[in-house]
Amino acid sequence: MQLKKTYINGIGCISTQKTFDTVFLEEAVHNHDENVLKIVPPIYKDFISPAAARRMAKGVKNGIVASAIAMKDANIENVDAIITGTGLGCIEDSEKFLKNILDNNEEFLTPTSFIQSTHNTVGAQIALLQQCKGYNFTYVNGAVSFESALIDAKMQIEEDEAQSVLVGGVDENGDYTTALFKLSGRIKPDNQQPYNLLDSDTSGAVYGEGASFFVLENERKKTTYAEILDVTILNTLEENEVEAETLSFLKANNLEISDIDALVLGFDGNVDFENYYRNLGENSFANTPQLYYKHLSGEYDTASAFALWMAAKVLKTQEIPEIIKVNSVEKLAYKTILLYNQLNGKNHSFTLISK
Amino acid sequence: MEALKEELKNKIITTLNLEDIAIEDIADNDPLFGDGLGLDSIDALELIVILDKDYGIKLVDPKEGKTIFQSIESMAAYISANRTK
Repeated sequence: MQLKKTYINGIGCISTQKTFDTVFLEEAVHNHDENVLKIVPPIYKDFISPAAARRMAKGVKNGIVASAIAMKDANIENVDAIITGTGLGCIEDSEKFLKNILDNNEEFLTPTSFIQSTHNTVGAQIALLQQCKGYNFTYVNGAVSFESALIDAKMQIEEDEAQSVLVGGVDENGDYTTALFKLSGRIKPDNQQPYNLLDSDTSGAVYGEGASFFVLENERKKTTYAEILDVTILNTLEENEVEAETLSFLKANNLEISDIDALVLGFDGNVDFENYYRNLGENSFANTPQLYYKHLSGEYDTASAFALWMAAKVLKTQEIPEIIKVNSVEKLAYKTILLYNQLNGKNHSFTLISK
Repeated sequence: MEALKEELKNKIITTLNLEDIAIEDIADNDPLFGDGLGLDSIDALELIVILDKDYGIKLVDPKEGKTIFQSIESMAAYISANRTK
């Protein structure tokens, strides 16, 4: 049986930039002053009734809005499956519930924050609103949560289990978790501005949050942004293995370095792990346009979904905004884009898309 | 009694996250469930916890809730008569 192809036919993104009601990143701002970036909220009431929204934390609301934008963009009303990736799930409500337990000495517990605190709340609420009774799955695999969802979605389409899949990555900041990340050094310390990502000499990352959703279908349409050629995940990889692994990934797809029109790298400002990206950017791909995005989106487990949103936009608009350029190399046309991401030296992913 | 009613309205708006509703939008005799404020069974649990935590009233018979939580008026009356704190 011939495997079906997977096309991105609609996208929606709620992020720490204004990525809704915009063409691309024309309103993007590089914030050098904050080590934790906050969401630019859409008008939730335009998408969710106040009665339904009152129990939802921002991650759930952002997921619902991003998915609604993606569905509208793809010009479809129903999908066969909903697949979500999230690193920390609905951490805001998890924190609220746990705090209630402690504050009230395990008494007076109410169900609201508990029922909203599970990792699959976002996928479930999207399905409820869309009345989608099909396959619904949430992947919680650290920094490859989104890629896990993407691989599943691609397989569902390839095997003809689904003709259309809504797939996305969503994470939200929680105050207590953010404080713990600062203590552990995962987030850069306070008061060390300016927070630059490309020439950082400190540990830790600038953090963020967001929700990016994609409508994947098995046929090319007028709305098509790109075809997803391949996605792969490696949980462990040494710095000196990245280049060989990348070339092997390209070879498996019958591609060479010269076929890649842009390389999207997940620089997050953490000096301890930036060689993973530098090794690629300064050697094999020195003559390839290189893009970065975590100065706009912040680092989080599913930030790579923002990267896919960005890469899809590049293929559609054939433009690379100055604000995301790592180098000054340009191409006449952008046809094939490779995305590479990792977090703290673990959970590596390669995603390949083509126009 | 008036102060208690206002306090209850405030608590309900805050606890149940009724973002679009102000104290003056809730009349003392408006039904809290169904056609009135439109609260549901999860909200009922939140109200039971408010009674217990803030006024020291433990509802032993869940059926009582239907009468007590009919409106702000009925809630305030029940609390005034039974509160232990």
